[in-house]
Amino acid sequence: MPKEKRIVANMTNASISFDKRTVLDNVTIELDSGTILGLIGPSGAGKTTTIKCLMGMEKLDQGSAEIFGNRMPDRKVLGRVGYMGQSDALYEELTAKENLVFFGNLMGLTGTALEDAMTKKMELVNLMPFMDKPVKTYSGGMKRRLSLAITLLANPDLIILDEPTVGIDPSLRVTIWEQLRALAEDQKAIIVTTHVMDEAEKCDHVGLIIDGKLFALGTPGELKKAFHAESIEEVFLKAEVRVQ
Amino acid sequence: MIRFRAMVTRVVKELIRDKRTLALMLIAPIIVLSLMNVVFDTNAETHVKVGVDKTIPNALVDSFPSDEVKVKTYDHSDNIKEKIQKDNLDAFITLDKSTFHISYENEDPSNTAKVKALFQNILTTNKLKELSADVQKLAMETGQKVQIENFSIKNAYVYGGADSSFFDKIFPILIGFFVFFFVFLISGIALLRERTSGTLERLLATPVKRSEIVMGYLTGYGIFAILQTLLIVFYSIYLLDLQIAGSLMWVLVTNVLTALAALSMGIFVSTFANSEFQMVQFIPLVVIPQVFFSGLIPLDSMASWVRNIAYIFPLRYAGEALTAIMIKGQGWSEISLDLGMLVVFIVGFTLLNIVGLRRYRKV
Repeated sequence: MPKEKRIVANMTNASISFDKRTVLDNVTIELDSGTILGLIGPSGAGKTTTIKCLMGMEKLDQGSAEIFGNRMPDRKVLGRVGYMGQSDALYEELTAKENLVFFGNLMGLTGTALEDAMTKKMELVNLMPFMDKPVKTYSGGMKRRLSLAITLLANPDLIILDEPTVGIDPSLRVTIWEQLRALAEDQKAIIVTTHVMDEAEKCDHVGLIIDGKLFALGTPGELKKAFHAESIEEVFLKAEVRVQ
Repeated sequence: MIRFRAMVTRVVKELIRDKRTLALMLIAPIIVLSLMNVVFDTNAETHVKVGVDKTIPNALVDSFPSDEVKVKTYDHSDNIKEKIQKDNLDAFITLDKSTFHISYENEDPSNTAKVKALFQNILTTNKLKELSADVQKLAMETGQKVQIENFSIKNAYVYGGADSSFFDKIFPILIGFFVFFFVFLISGIALLRERTSGTLERLLATPVKRSEIVMGYLTGYGIFAILQTLLIVFYSIYLLDLQIAGSLMWVLVTNVLTALAALSMGIFVSTFANSEFQMVQFIPLVVIPQVFFSGLIPLDSMASWVRNIAYIFPLRYAGEALTAIMIKGQGWSEISLDLGMLVVFIVGFTLLNIVGLRRYRKV
């Protein structure tokens, strides 16, 4: 039974500049529950800044960012947001379990709720047998999966992933995208930044960010049509040419 | 509260897992203290070696205290410089009519000063002996009785005793220094690593309060600072046999405050470093100047404007308080100002740190 879609996060006319350099320029994004929004664009175009502004890590110079209807920055709202940055951000000396407990506690999870969540998420990323191993013994891919498990631990309604598939082998990338799709079907809202164009095809909506501007936003099909392109990659290349 | 507890647990667990850092914090100070104890705990006199030639009367040579001075007699006084160099003498003495010519090696000025003082002393003593002999002789001749008083000396000490050594003086300050140094370095690097590995970003993406992060660090490292102080103090008392005149509790309180000051300063400074290497570069800037003003070098002997610089360093207050407790046996009324200043440092830097985290999250 499909639930009613609702707006989970939105940014309106967001602008921010660092040291007089405009990093975001009048960006407007809206994200519904149950959808995956992909942000693509060249390095340094402002994808990560968009995420950081949405989460309230940075304060907008103009415009507004809201999550679940709360104007950001708002510390308490972060308890319902799962965030995974570009680095794995794990405590290498600690075991997977200790990492999970720590971040779980910070998200407000304790006791059996925490235990259940840990088991569930570690099974999801296939790391259950390595629960009590120190993270420093993990391979790169395992760390990335553990990082994802921590992000999903508190069952957040909004999941924000910054380049989740960088440095990951193809089979794991497929698995991660399958999981993201399953989460979206569970009415979670997901924002993903990526460099990989074929990943953008898997998103419900794609936002093209170039030089701090939201150059285009739509479903992959809409974008391809608008740019008379065969693939998102072509859209991307054409868009870059247009900007220059 | 649950988030604060999670922070403390994690900081403690991480530190326990990191055996090397733990060893640096707990064992390194003990090794260095033992070493310094051996090096400085020489209450014994330094020995000097003096060369003389035949012009010096034997009576004078014999009057050198044999446990402090080694005398070597030469046939002639040619090439004095060569003799000093070859036989490693501190001084060479010859007599020309009524003038003593003394050549010093002067490689170590303290030995030069010692020979000077000794020789002056011997000459004066000899003079006095001759004088009193003359007086006695005169008295005999004139048939008068002369009483010459024999003076003797008895020493009394306000602090410590006759066997107090230089190490006894610097030991309280050293304790404060070690606590400060190791905690400063380790805590600064810990938060730096948190920043560079991205865990700080992830931390701040949770509803944790910035103050909970900073207080978690203070508490977690504070626990190890207490351990470290206990270890250093008990090791010093029971194995190095050092005396603590005042209350052990005040020693612990002062050191914990010192550690917390180091902790908050370390965390603060680490925000200006981008790597462990850059963090180490802060040592000559933050830690070494504090050594000069901690009391290891007597503050009284400095020009007053230089002395005033010391007031901006937490180690000065720690050194003063620890000296007051451990050497002078003083308590709360004498150290309250120093402890108060340490608290000011802790609170000040902690607030700065909490505000400083705003750089990474705007709420």
